[in-house]
Amino acid sequence: MTDFAAVRRKLWAVALIVGFFLLWEALCLALDVSDLVLPRPSQVFATLFARLPILWPHILQTLMTTMIGFVGGVVIGVAIGALIGVSKVAYDTAYPLLIGFSSIPKVAVVPIFVLWFGSGTVPAVLTSLVICFFPIVVNVATGLATTEPELEDVLKALGASKADILWNVGLPRVMPFFFAALKVSITYAFVGTVLAETVASNRGVGNVMMSASSNFDVPLVFAGLFVLAGLGVALYVAFSLIERRVTGWASRRDDFAAA
Amino acid sequence: MTSGTYPNDLGAERVAIALSGAAVTFGRGARKTAALSPTTLKIAEGEFVALVGPSGCGKSTILKLASGLLQPSEGAVIVGGRETAAKAMRIGMAFQNPTMLPWLTVERNIMLPLKIVRPFRGEYRAKRRTEFRDRAHALLDQVGLKGFADKYPWQLSGGMQQRANLCRALIHEPRLLLLDEPFGALDQFTREELWGVLQELWLARKPTVLLVTHDLKEAGYLASRICVMSARPGRILDDSPVDFPRPRTVAMTFDPDFVALNQRLRARIVEARGGAEQS
Repeated sequence: MTDFAAVRRKLWAVALIVGFFLLWEALCLALDVSDLVLPRPSQVFATLFARLPILWPHILQTLMTTMIGFVGGVVIGVAIGALIGVSKVAYDTAYPLLIGFSSIPKVAVVPIFVLWFGSGTVPAVLTSLVICFFPIVVNVATGLATTEPELEDVLKALGASKADILWNVGLPRVMPFFFAALKVSITYAFVGTVLAETVASNRGVGNVMMSASSNFDVPLVFAGLFVLAGLGVALYVAFSLIERRVTGWASRRDDFAAA
Repeated sequence: MTSGTYPNDLGAERVAIALSGAAVTFGRGARKTAALSPTTLKIAEGEFVALVGPSGCGKSTILKLASGLLQPSEGAVIVGGRETAAKAMRIGMAFQNPTMLPWLTVERNIMLPLKIVRPFRGEYRAKRRTEFRDRAHALLDQVGLKGFADKYPWQLSGGMQQRANLCRALIHEPRLLLLDEPFGALDQFTREELWGVLQELWLARKPTVLLVTHDLKEAGYLASRICVMSARPGRILDDSPVDFPRPRTVAMTFDPDFVALNQRLRARIVEARGGAEQS
């Protein structure tokens, strides 16, 4: 693909986003929709900038909570994923339990965390952790379990230890799966945090949105949504950039090979 | 003259590989299939043995037994005097498929054995890194892959990957070389060129080589002994020394003696496939 085509594709993506907001704005104006029902994007952005000083600590709170939960989820997810990916027995034994666990609606566990730890940051961290670790487990386990035996044989024939094989074959082989999971998980982690904040916290973007909606301050509710969407996109992009550096071999990118 | 040892009668020479009644079966019960009938084979240190036979006859199974990747269902496999092959001897192995690790450049793929095998592994990161890299580049030059060190495997053709594969099998100067049709995907001329490279290497360092091949000419050119295997489940039908003087040349493969050997082995394989000679 040429640079020109790549730039043009990015421009289309930007045009789609701008067009979406313009259409929204135009429809609200044309149909005379009250800002109590659906505020126009211009009102939302105006509210966002006007209230930014008040919103800022809540944004930081949500970001921090999410990152702690996410990092915890990644660590636990990689550990469990590696365990059940390496061993067929562990895979067959643990999978039903994990599926059952991940099928539980996470809204239902928030009250339990509140019961154990009181309301505040801790339940939010835990909720984002439990909601985001499952995709990591599944992907890491799948990546390891599907490693081509021929690749492992190359090292086995040299008398490599299990640790050598995991480090030199398993780990790099898993990277594309791992990054795919990270991109899903980071957005899940935000969902978990905000979920817990709306139910049981007096801080964070989720809490701001909850109190704004009870005051009928609908533009502020939407401002909160925009903030969350922006944070999600920012982290997704960050991981995409790292992914491209680390796993370019998997998509056979020429710019990776040239680097 | 380098050969002259006689099959399964090695006298005082040191044994590199010994299969005694080694058999391999896969599966259990009704779905049990035999891959290799009980086989006895002794290979002396420094010998160059070629295994030929029809497809699926268990040639690769013998290689896997020798490398320790596979355990025999019955009998025993002793390599370098021990049962764990890789611990007993420095092994270089080239598989039928190039099996390059896709996330490493060609250079780093080739250097992989140095990262794993003693005594190199301790020195991989620190002091001898440049020396190792030079060695990798020298090998790449030898097989005609100069300038491809920084490419990724997917940027190479199948034949080029196979040549890189051969470099990886050789870089740690193995005492035992296990080659599974390493030249299968190459054109005739490259193949003959690489026969020369391999022969040179063998003459210089005298590793024990076990080569699996379909190509009788290749076997005759390279080996000091040729074993013909029967159809699956395989066993060794014929075991003959090859006494042509070294270094051998491609021109020699048109010698009447060479052609006669070829013909005789070919007849054994046709017989082994259970088919009558056609035309």
